[in-house]
Amino acid sequence: MDVLRDQNWVLSVGTFLPLVGVIVMLFIPKAEEELHKLVALVTALATLGVGVYTLTQFDFGQADKLQFFANAEWIKVISSNYTIGLDGMSLPLYFLSMVVTVLVMIYSWNHIPSPGNPKSFLILMLILQTGMAGTFIAQDLILFFVFFEVVLLPMYFMIGVWGGEQRQYASLKFFLYTMFGSALMLVAFIALFFKVRGALPAGVEPSFSIPQLAEYGGLLGRSAQIWIFGGMFVGFAVKVPMFPFHTWLPDAHTQAPTQGSVILAAILLKLGTYGFVRIAIPILPEAAKEWAPWIGLLAVIGIIYGALGCLAQTDMKRLIAFSSVAHMGFVMLGISTLTPMGFNAAIFGMVAHGLITGMLFFLAGSVKDRYHTLEIARLGGMLKQMPKLGWILGFCAMASLGLPGLAGFWGEFPAILSAYSPAIGLPEETFRTFMVIAALGTVFAAAYLLWLFQRTAFGEPKAEFAGGDHGHGHGHGSHEDDDHGSDLHDVNIFEWIAWTPFLIAIVVFGVYPQLMFKVIDPAVQVALKAFGG
Amino acid sequence: MLSSILAQMPWQSPSVDYHAIAPEIVLAGGICLVILVDLFTSETKKWITATLTGFVMLGALLPVLTLAVNDVDVRSLFDGRYVVDEFALTLKALFLVAGYVVVLMSQNHVEEGDYYQGEYFTLLLTSVTGMVMMASSRDLVSIFVALEFLSIPAYMLAAWRKRDRKSNEAGVKYYLLGVFASAVMLYGMSLLYGVTGSTLLSEIGSQLTVEGQFGGVEALAITFVIIGFAFKVSAVPFHSWAPDTYEGAPTPVTAFLSVASKAAGFVALVTLIYVGFPQAQDVWQPFIWVMAAITMTFGNLLALRQTNIVRMLAYSSISQGGFILMPLAVAGTGDAAGPALQSVIVYLLVYAAMNLGMFAVVIAASRTTRSGEISSFGGLFSYAPGLGVLMTIFLASLAGIPPLGGWIAKFSAFRAVLEAGNGWAYAIAVIGAVNSVVAFGYYGSIMREIWMKPAPNGETTAVRTPSSLVAALTITVAGTLVFGILPGTIMRFGDLVDLTGAFGG
Repeated sequence: MDVLRDQNWVLSVGTFLPLVGVIVMLFIPKAEEELHKLVALVTALATLGVGVYTLTQFDFGQADKLQFFANAEWIKVISSNYTIGLDGMSLPLYFLSMVVTVLVMIYSWNHIPSPGNPKSFLILMLILQTGMAGTFIAQDLILFFVFFEVVLLPMYFMIGVWGGEQRQYASLKFFLYTMFGSALMLVAFIALFFKVRGALPAGVEPSFSIPQLAEYGGLLGRSAQIWIFGGMFVGFAVKVPMFPFHTWLPDAHTQAPTQGSVILAAILLKLGTYGFVRIAIPILPEAAKEWAPWIGLLAVIGIIYGALGCLAQTDMKRLIAFSSVAHMGFVMLGISTLTPMGFNAAIFGMVAHGLITGMLFFLAGSVKDRYHTLEIARLGGMLKQMPKLGWILGFCAMASLGLPGLAGFWGEFPAILSAYSPAIGLPEETFRTFMVIAALGTVFAAAYLLWLFQRTAFGEPKAEFAGGDHGHGHGHGSHEDDDHGSDLHDVNIFEWIAWTPFLIAIVVFGVYPQLMFKVIDPAVQVALKAFGG
Repeated sequence: MLSSILAQMPWQSPSVDYHAIAPEIVLAGGICLVILVDLFTSETKKWITATLTGFVMLGALLPVLTLAVNDVDVRSLFDGRYVVDEFALTLKALFLVAGYVVVLMSQNHVEEGDYYQGEYFTLLLTSVTGMVMMASSRDLVSIFVALEFLSIPAYMLAAWRKRDRKSNEAGVKYYLLGVFASAVMLYGMSLLYGVTGSTLLSEIGSQLTVEGQFGGVEALAITFVIIGFAFKVSAVPFHSWAPDTYEGAPTPVTAFLSVASKAAGFVALVTLIYVGFPQAQDVWQPFIWVMAAITMTFGNLLALRQTNIVRMLAYSSISQGGFILMPLAVAGTGDAAGPALQSVIVYLLVYAAMNLGMFAVVIAASRTTRSGEISSFGGLFSYAPGLGVLMTIFLASLAGIPPLGGWIAKFSAFRAVLEAGNGWAYAIAVIGAVNSVVAFGYYGSIMREIWMKPAPNGETTAVRTPSSLVAALTITVAGTLVFGILPGTIMRFGDLVDLTGAFGG
C-alpha cells in the first residue's frame, strides 16, 4: 500500500481540536452566553485553520494516495487500529465539514433557536464536527463506525431540543432509522473481517484497515459478497437516504433548527454516499456489480419520487427536504454506474448539494425568522420587501435545479451522462432507461424550484405582511400584533458573513469545476481499480 | 457409626494455600467485624458500619491484586475443586468493586430511610463473599454452596423496607422462585452425580465425553442445571421475578441484584459450560440459543411499555442478559469458544460499570423528583445539568452507542458470534442487531424526558448529591468512558482470561 506519512499529526489535530473547545466550554458557566459563542467560534475557526493548512500541504499531484497517513495501535485484540488518511475523495468533504461548521457558528451568533442555552447547543455542534471530520479520515472500519455513530447523538439532541413543533417524533424517527442501518452495517463489517481473514494469503496480518480489505475483498465468494454488501447497503442507504428508507428525512429536516438542517443536508447525508464510494464498492466489487442495477433503480425512483414530493409540499422547508431526496438520487445514480465518470459526478454532486441545499436551508431559516411561517401560500413578494434575500433565494434555486455555470450542474449532468455507458458487465439498456428517467427528473426539478421561487418571491407581498415597510403591521389581530412587521428586514451582517462563502463557492465550482475534479479523479481511479475502469 | 467410618479412613487435613483464599478470609473477618462494631455503636454513629464495609471490600481487593501480579498463574485447592486463576481473579475484582460501589450508593439511602444499617451491610458483605467464592468454584457442591451464600442474604435485602408492601412482595417472590430454581438445579446436579459418579466439574466433563452418546438422563441433568442459573440471570422465560423484585427492593439493592448477582449467575453458567459440559454442546447450544433470542426480544418489548424507571431498567437488564448469553449460544462451534468467553467477561465488566452508574444516577435524581415515574424526570437537564449529562452517558452506553463502554461490549459479543460463522450464528446476530435498535426506543425515551420535556412541577431546584454518591458516579462514569474510548484497557482482561480446565487444558 502506497501512502504518504508526512505530517501525520495534521488530521488528528483537525479532527479532535473541537473537543478541546468543548472541554473549555464545560468549565464556563452557562450564563456567559457571549463567551460561549466566542469560544465555540474561535475553536471552529482554529479547526478550519488546521483544515486550510491541510489543504496547503496536500500533495495534489498524488491525490490518489492516502496522505498524512497515520497508523497507531488501538484495539489490539480485535485487530482494529487507529488508521487515518486523506485522499482526493475525502479531502473535499473533510474540508467542507470544517467550513460548514464555521459558517453555522457565525450564523448562530444571533440565531440561537428557542429554548436558548447556547452552551449546550454549541457544544453539541463541536462534537458533531469531530464526528463528521473523523468519518472522512477513518481508514479502519471500526474507527469509521465509531465516528459514524458519534454524529448520531448530538444530532438527535439538536433536533429534539431545539427543533420545531414535532421535534420529539422527528428526532426519535431519525435516530431509530439510522441506528437500525448501522446495526446491520456493523454486523456486515464484522462478517467481512472474518471472511477476508479466511482468504488472506499467508503472512498478511488480518485487520479492519480499509485499504487492506479493498485489496483482498475481491477474493471472497460471490454469495458472501452479496450478503455482506446487503448489510452495508442498508446502513448507508438509510443515511443517504435512498428511497424507500427516506421517510425520516422530511421530518428531521422540517423539525430541525436551521443550523441542524444545514449540517444535516451539507454533511450528514454525505456520510452515506461516502460509505458507498469508500467502503462498500471498492471492497466488494462482485457484489457491487450485482447490486448496481438495483441501486440505480432505487436512485431514479428517488429522483422522480422526490420531485413529485416537492411539487406536493406546502411548506418551504419540507420542499427543500424532499429536493434532497431527489438530488441524492442523482448522486446514487452516478455511483451505481461504477464508472470513474459516475463516481466523479457523485462526489462533485455531494459537495455541490452540500453547498446549495445547505444554503437553501439557511434561507428557509431566515424566512422563518422574518415571517414566522414557512407556508408557501402565505409568503409572496419577497423581491419587493427584501430584494436581497429574494435574489439570493432565486440564485440558489437556479443552482439547485442544475443551471450550467453553477455548481449543481456538475453534479447532475455527468451523473446522467455516465448512465449512458455503465461499467463493463452492467446491463446497458437498463441504465440507459435510468438515464432518460433521470433526465426527466431535472425537468421536474426546474418545475418545483421555479414554482417555489415564483410563489414566494414574485408578486405583491401578502396583506398580512404588507405593513412591514412602514415599521408596524395593520391590525391583523391573529398574528403577533404590532411588532410583526419589524422582523421583515433584509439580509443582516451575520447572514452575509455566513452566506457569502457558500455563494462564492457555488459560482467558482460552477465556472471552474476542474478545480475539484482534478482532486477527486485520481482517487476515484484507485477506488474503481477492480472494475478495470 | 460416624466414628467407625472415621477410623477406617484417617482424615488428613488438606494443605491450604492461604494466599489463594486470602480475599475470602478478609471478607469473612470483615463480616464478623461489622457485626461486632454494629453491636457496640450508638444509633447516631451507625454510619461507621457503612464505611467499614467499604474498607473491607477494598481490603479484600488487595490480596486479589497481589495474586494477580504473583508469578503463580493457577492455584488449585482441594483437588481442583476451588481454583484461583485469571478468570476467577478478574471476576473477584469485579464483584468487590461492584460491591464497593453499591456500598457508596447505599450509604445515604439506608441512613435516610432509617433501615437497619448494621445488618444491611453485614448481609451485603455476606452476599459478596458468596460471589467471590463462586468465581473459584469448580465443583457442584462448592458452586451450590456459593450460590446459596450469595442468594440468601439477597432475598433478605430485597425485602428490606419491611413496612412497604411492594418490598415484601419483592422479597417473597424472589425467595420462592429462587428456592424453586435451586431445587430444580439440585435435582439436575444429583442426576449429574449419578451419571458420572463425581461432583468435580472437570471430572464430569471428561466422563460426559467418554460416554460419547448422550442419553436422556444426561440431557435432562444438563438442562436442569442450566435452568437453575437461567433463573439467576433472569433469562426469559425464567425472568418473572425480576421486574417485581427490582421495583420493590431498595434501589441500591436492585442495582446490586441486577449487576453483581446477575454476574455471579453468568460466572457459574460459564464455568459449567466450559469446564463441566464442553462436549455436550448439542444439548446446551440450542437451549441457550433460544433463551438468548427470546430474552433479548421479550426484555426489550416489555421495557418499551414501562412507565416506572426501575421497572424499565429491570426489563432492560433482562434484555442485556440476552446479549451476554448470545455468544454462549455458539460457544461450542468452531473457534468461537475463546472469543465467546472473552466477550462474556468484557460484557460483564462494562455492564457493571454502566448499569451501576445508571442506578446511581437514578438514586441521585430521585432525591429531587421523589418518584420513580419516568415522566417525573422531565427537564432534569435544565435544573441539574450534571446529572442530566451523566444519565445521558449511561443510557447511551446501555444502548451501545460509540464511543461509550456499551458499544465495545456489544461489539465483542457480535464478533464472537460471527466467529462461529454458521447459519445459527448469523441468525442470532441479526436478531441481536435488530434488538439493539429497539432498545434505543426506551433508552431514548428517558433521554427525551430529561432533555426535551419541561420539569413536571415547573422550576425545580436540585437536591444536593451526597459525596458518597458522587464517588460512585465518578467511578462508574470513568469506567464507562475509558472502556469505550480505549477498549484496549478492557479487552486485555478478556484476552488474559483462560478458564483453567476449559479448552481441554
